[in-house]
Amino acid sequence: MFTRDACVGAASLCLAALPLTVGALAQDTPPFGFGSPTTQQELAKFFAIPPDGRGLPPGSGDATLGAKIYAQNCTSCHGDHLEGNPAKGVGGDKLIGGRGTLATKTPIKTVESYWPYATTLFDYVKRAMPFNAPGSLSDDDVYSVVAYILAQATIINPTETMNATTLPKVVMPNRDGFEPDPRPEMQLYR
Amino acid sequence: MFPGRVPTDRRAFLFAAGSTAGAAAAAVLGSTARAADQRAPPGAQYFEIPADPTKELGRAVAADGGYGSRSQFESEVRWRYPTPNEYTSWSMTPLDKMLGNLTASGLHFERHHGGIPTIDPLRHMLLVHGMVSTAKKFSMADIKRFPSVTRKYFIECSGNGLTEWNKPTLKTVQGTHGLLSTSEWTGVQFATIAREVGLDDGGTWVLAEGADAAVMTRSIPLEKMLKNGLLAYGQNGEAIRPEQGYPLRLILPGYEGNTHIKWLRRLEVSDKPFMTREETSKYTDLMANGKARQFTFEMEAKSVITFPSGEMKLPGPGFYDVTGLAWSGRGRVQSVEVSSDAGKTWYPAHMESIPEPICTVRFSFPWIWDGKPAVLQSRCTDETGYIQPTLAQLVAIRGANGPFGSIYHLNAIQSWAVAADGSVTNVHA
Repeated sequence: MFTRDACVGAASLCLAALPLTVGALAQDTPPFGFGSPTTQQELAKFFAIPPDGRGLPPGSGDATLGAKIYAQNCTSCHGDHLEGNPAKGVGGDKLIGGRGTLATKTPIKTVESYWPYATTLFDYVKRAMPFNAPGSLSDDDVYSVVAYILAQATIINPTETMNATTLPKVVMPNRDGFEPDPRPEMQLYR
Repeated sequence: MFPGRVPTDRRAFLFAAGSTAGAAAAAVLGSTARAADQRAPPGAQYFEIPADPTKELGRAVAADGGYGSRSQFESEVRWRYPTPNEYTSWSMTPLDKMLGNLTASGLHFERHHGGIPTIDPLRHMLLVHGMVSTAKKFSMADIKRFPSVTRKYFIECSGNGLTEWNKPTLKTVQGTHGLLSTSEWTGVQFATIAREVGLDDGGTWVLAEGADAAVMTRSIPLEKMLKNGLLAYGQNGEAIRPEQGYPLRLILPGYEGNTHIKWLRRLEVSDKPFMTREETSKYTDLMANGKARQFTFEMEAKSVITFPSGEMKLPGPGFYDVTGLAWSGRGRVQSVEVSSDAGKTWYPAHMESIPEPICTVRFSFPWIWDGKPAVLQSRCTDETGYIQPTLAQLVAIRGANGPFGSIYHLNAIQSWAVAADGSVTNVHA
């Protein structure tokens, strides 16, 4: 069997033999060896928080501190009362209200009425907010502003602390509002 | 330009520097240069027009610095939809002006959620980790060493046509259908990378993450990634454009555009979806009963006539080569039909090339206009037997609960009314 080292010296011969060679290797053997291993340290700066809260960082916050963080970082786009700001150059989403509107002619989709998981709110704020300085909030600040939004939405009590344990337990009003894609609809086939 | 020769004319220097650099330089250099540059449309350079090009010498070979530009007489551009915020917004391809099947890279539609990042490919890394045997990072040089594939695919934003559910709203096909573009993409298949890192048993989803200010994330079924997920670094024969994800973009053939994560920096294999903001609060389809469809990935069969189309005016009765594009996220387009009487009678259209899977195909139809009012429509059938529906059929299924309900995945038959005076308008018929 050819080895990769042998391939370097016998390129033209190896081109013909390579498919057989690859096929003969064990299933879990990387055929190319490109790239380099990552370390836990490198991976630690990345995150994506699923509903079970896996990967939530240490730290905590509550609505009292969150109100201050919100006032400093969020009001210009999302309004003093989380009502959103559609102005030209801004276009910030409304964050609360809209419960009971989803099945009407004028649905209002907000964190309160539409978002199924509180973990998504933490993930998104930490990931991409504030809009003009993404990723600039500390984890405590993110927990705090999330607590503030959830409290303003009357989903949690204003005194509750949000952290890696409590956040995944928050039950959002529209938790069961989603269903898998049923397409393609059979009546659209010939 | 000859080596070492310094251009004496400032305008000539700007042209030699290439259009983009020229435009940037013009902004710095002041009003004279700027005025000169504005005489050419974006992407073009202005040259004096000789009375007779056969009576004087043309421009020197490679005087453009070695990267060409389009004619100064061609002016079609992408149109930004007027969202309040121009950093999270979209621009649309001028389908009415496009020729053939591929979209010029500079006219490919855009959708950005936090602006267009500038990324040094020498510093860019792709991390692949999670439920894998060996978590790895790949430089762009690493990625380019893997065997590559080159394939033509369309990308369509799931919001294409979102303004058109309740009444005809935008006037041109650029507005109604311009979140559709087709390119030849070159890159490495995800399956190749997956074998390199080894997949653990139980992995079913892959998080794809971009390196833009939105740090855009979507969860993708592992099965789809292994079937035909492509990590693309090439577009139409050159490096992928910055606004299309330079230096690396995920291509998921047939899936809604927002899943084709641009500026791709991370893939995390998981046993469940991450329920990111984009796949819960945004790209979901709220139905009339208050429930929302989630992970509605596939772009279903769709076609549109691009000539004649909205805002055009036919000069008079006679022959017209009606033409347009058809596509399906589920495979090849099998057939296209055209109607000139609002769908009462259908005739087969001519396919101008052999349809490829998950790629647009241009169709045409010879039409003799008798000068009377007409309504032109096209509909396609894909290889699965799915027939492009009417708007009434779609609304019957999805409901029409306002501008914030089921706004995505509008693939209905488009109607263009031709009036007796030859003017063409967007109508619901």
